[in-house]
Amino acid sequence: MDISKKIVDDLVANDVSFITTVPCKQLAGVIEEVEARPEIFHIPSNKEDEGMGLCAGAFMGGKRPAIIMQNTAIGVTINTLATLTQYYRMPLPMLISYRGELREPVACQVEMAVHTKALLNQLNIPTYHFHKESDADELDAILKYTFMCNKPVAILTDASFWGGYGDQ
Amino acid sequence: MIRSEILREIAPILHDQLVVCNIGLPSQELHMIDDNAKNFYMLGTMGLSSSIGLGLALAQDKTVISIDGDGSVLTNLGTLPTIANNVADNFVLLIIDNGSYGSTGDQPTYAGKKTKLENVATACGCENVVVCQDVDTGKVLQEAIDSKQMTIIVSKCDSGNIKLPVITMDPVVIRDRFMKAVAS
Repeated sequence: MDISKKIVDDLVANDVSFITTVPCKQLAGVIEEVEARPEIFHIPSNKEDEGMGLCAGAFMGGKRPAIIMQNTAIGVTINTLATLTQYYRMPLPMLISYRGELREPVACQVEMAVHTKALLNQLNIPTYHFHKESDADELDAILKYTFMCNKPVAILTDASFWGGYGDQ
Repeated sequence: MIRSEILREIAPILHDQLVVCNIGLPSQELHMIDDNAKNFYMLGTMGLSSSIGLGLALAQDKTVISIDGDGSVLTNLGTLPTIANNVADNFVLLIIDNGSYGSTGDQPTYAGKKTKLENVATACGCENVVVCQDVDTGKVLQEAIDSKQMTIIVSKCDSGNIKLPVITMDPVVIRDRFMKAVAS
């Protein structure tokens, strides 16, 4: 089964109906699938902290939100994660493309990759790393976990998980 | 008029609506004037009042008013294209434009200089952008609510602050009672 479809199936099965995205080449298939699903309101955001604000509002309006973004966004969103999502105790699944890992062609991406897990760890954000396709079998449980405990949760998906970068 | 005087004047209109209020003095002022469960006070995260309000408006049917400032909108300028392209007719963004960063000591913003937020909003594709003077804010806000069309209001007022204490309510309490008011 197509992995993008499987991921979005899990989101829909867990009642996630409000998703904001900031694009990444690795996430293009998932974003396309999110856009195609009638069960999901897809709202692209211009910056990831803005997206987390949208998600906070949607959650308070009774919807289950999620954000799809690159790991570089951790650098952008630390204040929002600490003073909005965590401070008001809100759930937020963050499906993150883990750029700068093995098979990465763009050197600069490595510069944030080396900080990604340390920053998430510093923020006490539960973090899951999808490296092989079968790792996504845990997504359903991860989504249930984030909405159970009202915390942001990071799901890092690296290039090996997505099958590399093709011709790059 | 300064911001706190506008808030005092529009408090009876705000009272029946869901309000997402900007960080710092605006939230402290609203909390002092008319604390109630339908107010969501931002205690941190400058710039996201409009984003939280839009997300809330898109997720349910009740009218939502985001109270923002010119400095905060400048911090999160990307919000305006997102608002323009995701129309929620139950959403009103009230930008109280005093041309200064009030909570940090009234340093001037670019909105108090050459930049006109009403023009920025229009250029971003927002369709109902209303500019008003401080004294007309209540009338314009009521019209925007009654129109049932997404509206951006830029209310021009004087810069200046009153002294008042910080909000000591627990954020989870603010959020919990707000969510109950949203769902009621």
